[in-house]
Amino acid sequence: MGNLLEVRDLNVTFVTPDRTVHAVNGVSFDLKRGETLGILGESGSGKSVTLRSILRLHPERRTRWSGSIRLEGDEVLDMGPRALSDLRGGRVAMIFQEPATAFDPVFTIGRQIAETVRRHTGKSEADAWKRAHELLEMVHIPSPAQRLKAYPHEMSGGMRQRAMIALALSCNPSLLLADEPTTALDATVQIQVLLLIRELQREFDLGVIFVTHDIGVAVEVSDRIGVMYAGKIVELAPVEQMVDAPQHPYSRGLLASTVHDGLRGQRLEAIPGAPPDLAEVPTGCSFAPRCKLVRPDCTTAPPRLRATGDSHLVRCVLSGAAV
Amino acid sequence: MATALSPRDRGGASQPLLLADGLRKHFPVGGGLLGRGRKVVRAVDDLSLSVTKSETLGVVGESGCGKSTVARLLIRLIRPDRGTMVLDGDPVDEPHGITVNELRRQVQMVFQDSYASLNPRLTIGETLAFAPKAHGVPANEARERVRDLLAKVGLDPASYADRYPHELSGGQRQRVNIARALALRPRLVILDEAVSALDKSVEAQVLNMLVDLKTELGLTYIFISHDLNVVQYLSDRVLVMYLGKIVELGPVDAIYGSPQHPYTLALLSARPSMDPRKRTREAPIQGDPPNPIDPPSGCRFRTRCPFAEEVCARVEPVLAETGRQAVACHMRVSESGHSRAR
Repeated sequence: MGNLLEVRDLNVTFVTPDRTVHAVNGVSFDLKRGETLGILGESGSGKSVTLRSILRLHPERRTRWSGSIRLEGDEVLDMGPRALSDLRGGRVAMIFQEPATAFDPVFTIGRQIAETVRRHTGKSEADAWKRAHELLEMVHIPSPAQRLKAYPHEMSGGMRQRAMIALALSCNPSLLLADEPTTALDATVQIQVLLLIRELQREFDLGVIFVTHDIGVAVEVSDRIGVMYAGKIVELAPVEQMVDAPQHPYSRGLLASTVHDGLRGQRLEAIPGAPPDLAEVPTGCSFAPRCKLVRPDCTTAPPRLRATGDSHLVRCVLSGAAV
Repeated sequence: MATALSPRDRGGASQPLLLADGLRKHFPVGGGLLGRGRKVVRAVDDLSLSVTKSETLGVVGESGCGKSTVARLLIRLIRPDRGTMVLDGDPVDEPHGITVNELRRQVQMVFQDSYASLNPRLTIGETLAFAPKAHGVPANEARERVRDLLAKVGLDPASYADRYPHELSGGQRQRVNIARALALRPRLVILDEAVSALDKSVEAQVLNMLVDLKTELGLTYIFISHDLNVVQYLSDRVLVMYLGKIVELGPVDAIYGSPQHPYTLALLSARPSMDPRKRTREAPIQGDPPNPIDPPSGCRFRTRCPFAEEVCARVEPVLAETGRQAVACHMRVSESGHSRAR
């Protein structure tokens, strides 16, 4: 079966009069229908920029693109305004970190969902409201009929996030983009939302790209995990391999520096320094200045993504054979 | 645990550094003319705690449970509606005790938002010298102290003292905030979600630094966080809060090893497993935490508790010792009337 999404050599640069930021530098990956890809990275790693590129949500005038993003064969980077607005919320839906700002505060939840349904499917007003009711039931919101009439501020954080998932799925998308959707939620609510996303993903055979900075969350939902650093995917592997045997020094450092059970009383293995400034394209490996395994050839040319095993890719001179 | 006590120690190692008794803070919200029909957020309700010298007391709970209000009460950023505090034997803000100013010399705080808690128009050096100067330290000695503080938190004084907050990364700014909290040589530092906004690789650096500083300076910490893993890593004792009340309190290994309160258990099992082969299949509890305006009667957790019974709605459970920890749950008190009581 063909891939749902194919991203090839994506570069995204933001240009303002003062400075240029190379946010994404050559990202490639595939996503199958029904698969969940977790993109893990710290702030400024380019994970959200990559995700938003799939819907072309960046300001057109200040963004330079190159590469290719193909959704079921259609090139997203070539789409005109009409095709784009059909894409957004239709074939591809997105959920955000802060549902309070993703909803319009002056319309009820029901109105916002019904309006989306009407725009994309051309259903009648009554049918659209019926669909909205179904959707709230699907995301397990109690007493959905009342909740349709609620304004966003009248709902708790967890409930709003469920409502946003309902809105996202209102037009049967084939691809769901999730940008840190559980980061602002409490622990006991976060796990409920993660389980809901997993349940709906299976039920509708959705492709999901789940961006997060939280390794635990990524492991909980993903089939494969891509680790991003300074605008590049430095490692891409099935979740078991990523947890058991991370290859890239950054992925290893990230896993080692994450506090978990059994580390009490031990010193944490911190990665020294801070992520680089993205104003310049680095000549070598972006992680080299912080890497304890750095060698002279790390700084001469950017390392290529190589295969080290079955569907395990690593961007480091120390691992694998060249692809 | 560090054993060296501060030269300012008064009561010896067995006297608690800080005692809070019956702290209460209710915030009025909305309400009609002349305060009729006014509602209150019961942020903190009759909370008592003691902090032992040179321990780290972890405080965990979800948003709205009152953990940050507790921090603000302990350092008197807000006044409690009632309740008393004693710092190493001295009552706070009472005729024969110490003043709030003196309290703040000995108790300092680090906040979550590293940028909002620094004055953008002061250089890092000016920020760090501000409190010592305000408390009467001469200018040249204050400058000396700034250099010393920056070196302690791992920032080169020569290159950082003259920079402004916006020129620093989040991790560097949080180091400055920690340095500022240490500027008055406090004995107790309250860290309110101090590492929550940092990236994981930077968080580990700051946590290591906090451990080092504690030993070096003989500090006591109150570490407030929603991150159960970080609290487990740092704390000697852990306090679990739910809707303004303590539900469980005890040594870290007892709380994490054999949690007694159903809420503590739910919080711990809501943690992601970090093992793709052992994924969570079912959420431990449903729903969101209720609004702290009009909390449920009796036990405040009963609306989400899988074991709630009639007695839970009627009688408020008190915090009682059971084995190694203290728990506020009817199931842990024999003859409470709960069918699972033991």
